[in-house]
Amino acid sequence: MSASVVMILTGVLVATACALPGVFLVLRRMAMMADAISHAILPGIVAGYFLAQGPSLPAGFAGASLAAIVTVALVEALQHTRRVGGESAIGIVFPAMFALGVLLVSKYFANVHLDTDAVLYGNIEFAAFDVWLVNDLNLGPRSLWVMGALCVINLLFVGLCFKELKLATFDPGLAAALGFSPVLIHYALMAVVSVTTVGAFTAVGAILVVAFMIAPAAAAYLLTDDLGRMIALAIGIGAASALSGWFVALALDASVAGAMATMSGLFFLLALFFSPSHGLVARARRLRRQRLRLALENLVVHLLNHEHQVSEAHEAEIAHLSSELRWSPRFARWIVAIAKRDQLVQQANGYLSLTAAGRDLARQAAASRDREG
Amino acid sequence: MELLRDWLFDYTLRNVALGSALLGVVSGALGCFAVLRRQGLLGDVLAHAALPGICIAYLLTNAKTPIVLLLGAAAAGWVAALLMMQIVRHTRIGEDGALGIVLSTFFAFGIVLLTFITKRGDADHSGLDAFLFGQAAALVEEDVVTMAVLGGFALLAVALFYKEFKLLAFDAPFAASLGFDTNALGVLLTSLIVIAVVIGLQTVGVVLMAALLVGPAVAARQWTSRLSAMIVLSALFGALAGLIGTLISVSDESLPTGPMIILSLTGIVLLSLCLAPERGLVWDAMRRALQRRMIKAED
Repeated sequence: MSASVVMILTGVLVATACALPGVFLVLRRMAMMADAISHAILPGIVAGYFLAQGPSLPAGFAGASLAAIVTVALVEALQHTRRVGGESAIGIVFPAMFALGVLLVSKYFANVHLDTDAVLYGNIEFAAFDVWLVNDLNLGPRSLWVMGALCVINLLFVGLCFKELKLATFDPGLAAALGFSPVLIHYALMAVVSVTTVGAFTAVGAILVVAFMIAPAAAAYLLTDDLGRMIALAIGIGAASALSGWFVALALDASVAGAMATMSGLFFLLALFFSPSHGLVARARRLRRQRLRLALENLVVHLLNHEHQVSEAHEAEIAHLSSELRWSPRFARWIVAIAKRDQLVQQANGYLSLTAAGRDLARQAAASRDREG
Repeated sequence: MELLRDWLFDYTLRNVALGSALLGVVSGALGCFAVLRRQGLLGDVLAHAALPGICIAYLLTNAKTPIVLLLGAAAAGWVAALLMMQIVRHTRIGEDGALGIVLSTFFAFGIVLLTFITKRGDADHSGLDAFLFGQAAALVEEDVVTMAVLGGFALLAVALFYKEFKLLAFDAPFAASLGFDTNALGVLLTSLIVIAVVIGLQTVGVVLMAALLVGPAVAARQWTSRLSAMIVLSALFGALAGLIGTLISVSDESLPTGPMIILSLTGIVLLSLCLAPERGLVWDAMRRALQRRMIKAED
């Protein structure tokens, strides 16, 4: 396998493994916990390195998982004291753990393989050269084995606990009443996040793993209302980010993991603006349509109220409309133009009168407003 | 005695100590408002988001003057804060999701630019990755002067808008009903926090900046319930952590300054949480134990 294929495959596997727990982090509003865990595992990894006298996967996993548990417990203990707000507790615990990790690295491994920059943004470029040897048998790149296993584990977790996760996420009260422990689900999810972060750490580092977990899931959240579809979309967006990011990195000769994570941010931005259901553009258009409809209704109801009155002529002047309905003159002219185009009103001798269609709309609107009180 | 002599006459040490203490004062004072408004992690996001700004400023000007890079960082931090606000206000993604996305993807873009600059073969790039972990030991007099000017400006603004910020922190709807433009005040406060973050990047780096805003404020909160006293205490704690961290790292060459500052700060936070009068957890436990004994005695 060529080095490029290994990099892309690793990226896709990282994206898939991260998207699965990421969806639930976004839905449960715990995204920053991923950030805290990904930083806080550093001292655990260093301790594992220290104990195993070198890079060792099991020791690293054990140390990092322990550090992740300590972090979650510390954050919750701090919140439990009620002396510290939730987000402040996170902001105290993870920098302290990270500082401890950096301290250990620079004190004991200043000249060793553990590069502090790689801690932040990973070393996916070397994925192809770090092969797994068992009794001199070359089993291929280690990163593919690790991330592939994590994908399987996370798929099994989400697949087997789908109902429980869904219930505990959307209605924790009901989940507890039915006998599923939301606390248990919470810790299971935290465990999955920790293990995934540790596995992805060598490839993409402490900060970019947060992008892989949160950005595709958040983009998917803006595109669908169905949990199953959201998970599938998050995985798809993550994989697309990995693939397109690799080409960007190739073109710029820049960090591969960084480019992949940047692309996931770009995909999120696209969803943020152009999602048909929750995007900013669609939202703005919906608001504009509602405002227009309301203004048209106001116009025809106003004209209907004053039809066949002595003051009819005066009330139907465009200039008067803007002060009566509190519209700017420009807005009033615009609404009248649209009303004329839709043949709701007609203009004769400088003042407006209702057409038959306009009168119908006005009666409907007035009736529905009366009903709503 | 020897330490004191070093203090006064060693040029490098004086700069590092002064810079760290200054940073502690500024971030301590501003952190109070961030923590009270439950925006403790805002500093974390702004610090990460500053990285692409620094790189773009460098790419545009090819200069490593601190003020140019800091302007780039401030601009990027501003864009990040704005984007975050839009996401929270107009979509169903929660505040933490918005923080996470902006933080990680801005940083990712910064890493792309940083590696791009490095591989372009510029001999002169070396200063930029110092922002990742900070390089307090490399602070020179020019940096300290820049920090003092920017920090002084931020503190002055806090003094001028003290009443408005206080109202905003404790009762924003009330502030709005009195006719204050709470949006504009929020933007001003965020901009001041950007300044604190930007001067912190050189000293403690991207990751540890979050703690410098949150830590002193949380510690100070345990000792007092008055905002003015909290700000002063918080600034003092920040400065103290900066000084202790610097001194420890000077005593042993292999100990990096940034992490030592954060660990000293964590110590101050823990001491405050346990021992502060009234709110201290130790007194709490003692009171409870005493009550338990009294109840047992009554039985």
